[in-house]
Amino acid sequence: MKRLQKFFMGHSIQRLSKMPGGSMKRLQHFFMSTGFNHASASVFSIIVGLLFGLIILFISNPSQALEGFGIILKGGFSTGAKGTGQVLYFATPLILTGLSVGFAFKTGLFNIGAAGQFIMGGTTAVYIGVLWTSIPAPFHWMVALLGATIMGGLWGLIPGLLKAYMNVHEVISTIMMNYIGMYTANFLVKSYIYDSQMALSKNVAPTAVLPKGGLDYVFYNQMGNSKDLSTVNAGIIIALVMAIIIFIIINKTTFGYELKACGFNKNASKYAGINEKRSIVLSMVIAGALAGLGGGLLYLSGGSGRRIRVVDVLAMEGFNGIPVALLGLSNPIGIVFSAIFISYITVGGNYLQTLNFVPEIIEIIIACIIYFSALSMFFRTLLPRFIKFIKHKKFPEGENIEEGQTQEEGGEL
Amino acid sequence: MDYVIEMLNITKEFPGVIANDDVTLQLRRGEIHALLGENGAGKSTLMSVLFGLYQQEKGIIKKDGVEVKINNPNDANDLGIGMVHQHFKLVHNFTVLQNIILGAETTKNGFLKMDEAREKVVELSNLYGLMVDPDSIIEDITVGMQQRAEILKMLYRDNEILIFDEPTAVLTPQEIEEFMKIMKDLAEEGKSIVFITHKLNEIMEAADRCTVLRKGKYVGTVEVASTTKEDLSEMMVGRKINFSVEKAETKPGEPVFEVRDLVVASSHSTKNAVNNVSFRVRKGEIVCIAGIDGNGQSELVYGLTGLSPIRGGKIFIKGKEITHMKVRERNQTGMSHIPEDRHKDGLILDYSLSENLMLKKYFTPEFQSNGFIKFDVATEYANMLIEKFDIRSGQGPRTKARSMSGGNQQKAIVAREIDFDPDILIAVQPTRGLDVGSIEYIHKQLVAQRDEGKAVLLISLELDEVMEVSDRILVIYEGELVADLVPENTTVQELGLYMAGSKRTEVAV
Repeated sequence: MKRLQKFFMGHSIQRLSKMPGGSMKRLQHFFMSTGFNHASASVFSIIVGLLFGLIILFISNPSQALEGFGIILKGGFSTGAKGTGQVLYFATPLILTGLSVGFAFKTGLFNIGAAGQFIMGGTTAVYIGVLWTSIPAPFHWMVALLGATIMGGLWGLIPGLLKAYMNVHEVISTIMMNYIGMYTANFLVKSYIYDSQMALSKNVAPTAVLPKGGLDYVFYNQMGNSKDLSTVNAGIIIALVMAIIIFIIINKTTFGYELKACGFNKNASKYAGINEKRSIVLSMVIAGALAGLGGGLLYLSGGSGRRIRVVDVLAMEGFNGIPVALLGLSNPIGIVFSAIFISYITVGGNYLQTLNFVPEIIEIIIACIIYFSALSMFFRTLLPRFIKFIKHKKFPEGENIEEGQTQEEGGEL
Repeated sequence: MDYVIEMLNITKEFPGVIANDDVTLQLRRGEIHALLGENGAGKSTLMSVLFGLYQQEKGIIKKDGVEVKINNPNDANDLGIGMVHQHFKLVHNFTVLQNIILGAETTKNGFLKMDEAREKVVELSNLYGLMVDPDSIIEDITVGMQQRAEILKMLYRDNEILIFDEPTAVLTPQEIEEFMKIMKDLAEEGKSIVFITHKLNEIMEAADRCTVLRKGKYVGTVEVASTTKEDLSEMMVGRKINFSVEKAETKPGEPVFEVRDLVVASSHSTKNAVNNVSFRVRKGEIVCIAGIDGNGQSELVYGLTGLSPIRGGKIFIKGKEITHMKVRERNQTGMSHIPEDRHKDGLILDYSLSENLMLKKYFTPEFQSNGFIKFDVATEYANMLIEKFDIRSGQGPRTKARSMSGGNQQKAIVAREIDFDPDILIAVQPTRGLDVGSIEYIHKQLVAQRDEGKAVLLISLELDEVMEVSDRILVIYEGELVADLVPENTTVQELGLYMAGSKRTEVAV
C-alpha cells in the first residue's frame, strides 16, 4: 500500500521537476495546497475501496474475480452510450442528495435526513404527476418538481426549527424525520397512486415526465432501425445547474457568508448581528429542498425510469448522499464528480450478474467501495506526511518549496 | 556546568514562517528557567519541540549531555519531560485521580488498580503541598485546582523536567501567588522547570534565569538577579517600553452613552446578575468598570450589546433609545464592542483575516452588490487595516484567523471595531493574555479614541490597567455599582476595598 502511495505521489512530483522554473513553482504550490491534498486523498481512498472490493470478489468467487473486477471498473461504459446515460441518470439524485448533505455540512449542520426528504419529494412529484393532469403540458413537470422541492424543504424545515428554537440536535430529528417520511410516503403511494399489479407507484402522466433536453440524441444504442434510449433526461442538467447555484451561494454571496459564519461559530455570528436562528432554519430548508428535488428528478422519468416501491426501507439515494458529500469534500463541484463515480460503480456492479456472483455480494462490494471512499478524511491526514517525505527526498535543501513563499513574521508559533 | 536539558541551535519552520531560528536553551538542574517573549515569538513552538509535538529541522537536543531524539510526547515522557499546556488537557467528566492516571494506569489482569495510584497521588500532593481532592470531577473544580491536577499528572509520571506554558494566564491573583510558591517548592525538590510567560513581574519573583526570544530568534539568557524589568522588556520587544500610559488632560463633553436602572438576569441562579445599574459615559472620556471577575461584568456587557435579553432598564446612545434594538441595529447606531472572549465571540477562526475584518460590514453597499460579496473590495479593505493597525500574519488577508497569534487576533478585532467609527466603544478586557508590546499598543488605541472625542467604556480586571487608562472608575460588586472614583484621587488599596465589597458609596448618575 505504502509503495503504491509513494509511486502515485512520486510520479507526479517527478514530472513536475521537468517543467520550466516559474510555472513549476506555481504547480508545486498547487500540489502542496490543501485543495489538492484533499482531492488526492479522495482519489486514494477510492483506490483502496476498489482493492477491498477485489478481495471480496476473490473470497466469494475466486475463478471469476478478476473478470468481475474488470466489469466493475468498466462500469457504465461496458454497454456503450446507453450505459453512460444510465450512469448519469442514477447520478442525478445522488448529486442532489450529496449537495443536500454537503450544503448543510458547510453551514455546520449534519443532515442525516436526506433519505426522508428525498422520498417525500419523490412521492409529491409522482402524486402531482399522476393526479394533477389538468395542468397544461409544458408546466406539469415543472409544477411536480416544484412540489417535490417544497415538500423536501418542509421536511428540512421541521428539524431546522427544532434545532434553532428548541436546541434539538439535528442528527436525531432528521433521523426521526426519515422514518416519518418513509411511512408517510408509503401511505400516500398506497392510498392514491398505487399500481397494485406492479406493486409500484403508477406511471406519471406523459406531460409530467421530464423532457429529454436533447440527451436522447447522445445516449442511445442503435438496435437495428430503432434506438434503445437511455433513461437519462434533463434531470442531470437541472442537477448540474443546482450544483453551480449552490457553489455560487456558498462562495460568492452575503447569504452564504452568513450561513457559513453560523456554521463555524454561532456566538460570533450573533455578535456580528447575524440572525443565527434564521440561518440555521434556512440552511436546513435548502438542504431539504435539494434532497426533495432529487426525489422528483429520479421518479419523473417515464416508462423506463424508476418508480416508488412500497417497502419499509429508507431510500438508498438519501443515505448515499453522505458518502457522496464526504468524497466530494462538501464542494458542489466535487460532489458532482463523486456522485457520477458512485453511480458508475453501482451500474457496473449490476452487470456482475452476468457472471456467477449472487446479487447480495454485488451490493456488499458496492457498499464497501462507497464506504471506503468515505475514508478520505483518514487519508487526508496521512497523505501530507508522505508528500513531505518525498519532497525531502526529491528536493535537496535550499531548493525547498518554502523558498517561493514569503516568510512573514508573526504566525501562530 | 551541569545541564539537564540542552536545546542547541534549534530551527523549526512552518509554511511561511520560521518559528524558531537557531535558538539555544540550556536548563540547569533544579532551576526555574523563564522563557520570555512576545506573542508569536516562538516560545510555545520551542517547548513543543522539546515535548515531541514538533520535530526540529536543525539543531540537537541533549539530555544530561547525551544527544536524544524526541519524536512524540511518549518519548518525552520516557526522558522525564512533562508539560502543562496553556489550555489544560483534562477529561472534564473524569475525576482528578482518573485524569492523573490516564495513560499510565496500574492494572492487574486488565482491571484497574486504583488504590495504589491513589496512594501515590495523595503522597505526592502532601509532599508538594498540592492540595486537591482526588475524587472531585474536573468540571466542578476551579481553574487553579485543575492546574494542580495537571502538575500532579507530571509528578505521577516521575517527570524531572517540568514545562509550564503560560501557567498564570488563567489564574486569579491569589492563585498566582500560590502557584509561584508551588513552583519554588518543586525546584527545591530538585525538579527543573521551564516556565513560559510574558509577565515580567512573575519572572522577577520566581525565576533564576531567563531566556528571551524575539520573533523566533534567540536574544539572550540572563541571570534574573542581575537584571531589571526594564532590561528584560527591552530585550523582549527590541525597544524601550513605556509602562505608564501617556495621555493628556481630558475635557469630557456631553453624555454619549447612558444606562438607566439596567437589570440583567443571571444565567445560573434566580438572582439578578446586574441590579439597577445606572451610569453615563461622556464624549472624550474613558470610563472603566472595575471589579473582581464574576461580579456581573459579562452579563452587563451582554445586556448592553444586545447579546442577551435584559430584565429592565433603558439604554441610550446620544439620546436615542436602543434598549429594544437588535445587535446589528445597535452597531449601526454607533456601538462598537471588543468582546471579552476573542475566540468565542470576536472571531470566526475558520474564516480568513479579510472575512473577519468585514464581519460587521459585509452587508453594506461598500462590500456587496445584489447579495454578491465584492471580494476584491474586502481584500483591499483588509490590506488597509493590516497596514494601519500593523496586524501581522503569515499570508496577509488570506490567513486563517485560527493560525494567527493571540496578539494579532486581538489587533484584528480592535482594528475592525475602531474602524467602525463608533460613538461608544465598549472594550471588555481588551488586553487579556497579551504581551507588554501589544498591551501598550491597545492602550494607546483606546486613548486615541478618547482624544478623537469618542466615549470609551472599558471593562477590566487588571488593576494596573484600571488605574492607568481610565478617566473615571466605576466599581462593580455583586451586580451593583458601589463606587464612582477618579484615579488621581484614589489608591489601589482603596479600589481593592470597594472591589471586595467591604466599602461602598452611593453612586450618583
